[in-house]
Amino acid sequence: MISFVLQRVLQSVLVILAVALIAFSLFRYVGDPINAMVGQDTTLQQREELKERLGLNDPFVVQYGRFVANAAQGEFGISYRHRRPVSELLAERLPATLELSIVSMVLALALGIPMGVYTALRRDGALAKSFMTMSLVGVSLPTFLIGILLILVFGVILRWLPTFGRGEVVDLGWWSTGLLTRSGLAALIMPAITLALFQMTLIMRLVRAEMLEVLRADFIKFCRARGLPSRLVNFRHALRNTLVPVITITGLQLGSIIAFSIITESVFQWPGMGLLFIQAIGTVDIPVMAAYLCLIALFFVLINLIVDLLYFAVDPRLRVRRGRA
Amino acid sequence: MAEIQAETRGRLASLADSDLWHSFKGSPVTIASALVALLLVLGALLAPVVAPHNPFDLASLDIMAANLPPVWAEGGDPAYPLGTDDQGRDVLSAILYGARISLLVGFASVLLSILIGVSLGLVSGYVGGRLDAVIMRVADVQLSFPAILIALLIDGAARGLLPRDLHESLALYVLVFAIGFSGWVQYARTVRGATMVESRKEYVQAAQIIGIGPATILRRHILPNVMGPVLVIATIHLAIAIITEATLSFLGVGVPPTSPSLGTLIRFGNEYLFSGQWWISIFPGVVLVLLVLSVNLLGDWLRDALNPRLR
Repeated sequence: MISFVLQRVLQSVLVILAVALIAFSLFRYVGDPINAMVGQDTTLQQREELKERLGLNDPFVVQYGRFVANAAQGEFGISYRHRRPVSELLAERLPATLELSIVSMVLALALGIPMGVYTALRRDGALAKSFMTMSLVGVSLPTFLIGILLILVFGVILRWLPTFGRGEVVDLGWWSTGLLTRSGLAALIMPAITLALFQMTLIMRLVRAEMLEVLRADFIKFCRARGLPSRLVNFRHALRNTLVPVITITGLQLGSIIAFSIITESVFQWPGMGLLFIQAIGTVDIPVMAAYLCLIALFFVLINLIVDLLYFAVDPRLRVRRGRA
Repeated sequence: MAEIQAETRGRLASLADSDLWHSFKGSPVTIASALVALLLVLGALLAPVVAPHNPFDLASLDIMAANLPPVWAEGGDPAYPLGTDDQGRDVLSAILYGARISLLVGFASVLLSILIGVSLGLVSGYVGGRLDAVIMRVADVQLSFPAILIALLIDGAARGLLPRDLHESLALYVLVFAIGFSGWVQYARTVRGATMVESRKEYVQAAQIIGIGPATILRRHILPNVMGPVLVIATIHLAIAIITEATLSFLGVGVPPTSPSLGTLIRFGNEYLFSGQWWISIFPGVVLVLLVLSVNLLGDWLRDALNPRLR
């Protein structure tokens, strides 16, 4: 168990270091950092001095080490475009992205799991069939198109909901939340649905598939043979055994929700990290790109690690197999 | 490569005579989606012939015909069946030309993914050992990041590396590389597994004994036997690649504005959504969804039809 955990942690650190290497290479070799800092009339000698003073003449490994050390303290330099520290920019926008992602995930789970259970139990029902058809359409609808359609219907035609921004926000310490004001909540509805829809169809299909699998298992037949009421069999025994893989996938999907929030944020002009990143790509703002890359990698690796460990803790069979090997 | 294609085509032809064709005929949804896909692909391929106008010919644009609604709405003009944009460009023609770019990028990046993924999978599964471990670790790591994020990053890095004018002209290639590179893992994993199974079979051992080199064994003997699942993944991957392309173009980091794809058209049209010209963005969107949905349905059918366990 301990060796497994150590192995996974080591792997995660390696992944983070590899991503940091990519981010650092971007930093160092895409564009000339000196050019970004000095004016046209700087002499070559002054450039050399600046280069020496900033340590840009040091060996690659030393520079990379310095980058990692700085990054570990949340220091990513100054944005070329905004002329402000990148860490400040990201910290400002983190709450917006996290609120959107978490609300979407909760929405996807709250709708996806019941729909999945229903479609598994009433396989041939008309409603279940229409859920399945809808889910296929949901998979084929690109995220940004869902956003545009929602904007057209609820923003432009019906004029019920705001189509961009976060509405009013309340500051709780450094965390700015839109969940406490009416306009903030109204502004959250469409982006959250847009982001949740794809995840919801995914969760629904997964729960359905797992549930059908479990319902065929011997212990379910045994439960039925014992004469347990089908409510109990379906929900106490079958659903419980379905949820292990669902938890895993949900954890992993949290990462991709953060990635897909780039698209949603861009459609709804939601002032989060994704919007910052997409603007940074457009203007080749390397420090912001590098920092976002490292932060996202950290999120992903942490989520993967937690999910792996959770899986290990939840499923006793894994422990036994590892122990023997 | 030509021989291999001939061989797979030969296998496909014999399949078409039997089960595959029958399961195709028996499924109306599949026939319908095949027809829709065929129609869209033909429309895109023949865009210069069938499109009523040429959206890139500035001389033919009529500013008086700007912002016309579709023909069935009030004020529509039969010459512009799906309406026009703010510069008098025919939306239908723009869609046909745009679908061309979308399909081109989609097919090219799927081919690139197959090329990278199948080669790495073959080598990984046949050679095994440390090389296999390294390739599969890299695949694991890449798989834990969403493809769209990887594509965005490659695109962003290329933007920084290439000078602006060079980037404009290379943007299509960069995009194909970004999408193609972000999708190789699935192929590599599947092919690796199949290769491991195949390489232990007698025909491979026989080939090894008579002294055929590993490159030839992989290419002539193993590759044709592991292509079945690749075909299924490729169909579903095509739908994903088209969506990814549209998304990147919608975000403004995809194809250059001089060759607008469906995603670019939606991006342009999005700005006119609030002033009521919904047709500029919604029609390209509908075509995109039809394209992706029909390809997805075909992929689902192919997967079920080629999977003997489900019969």
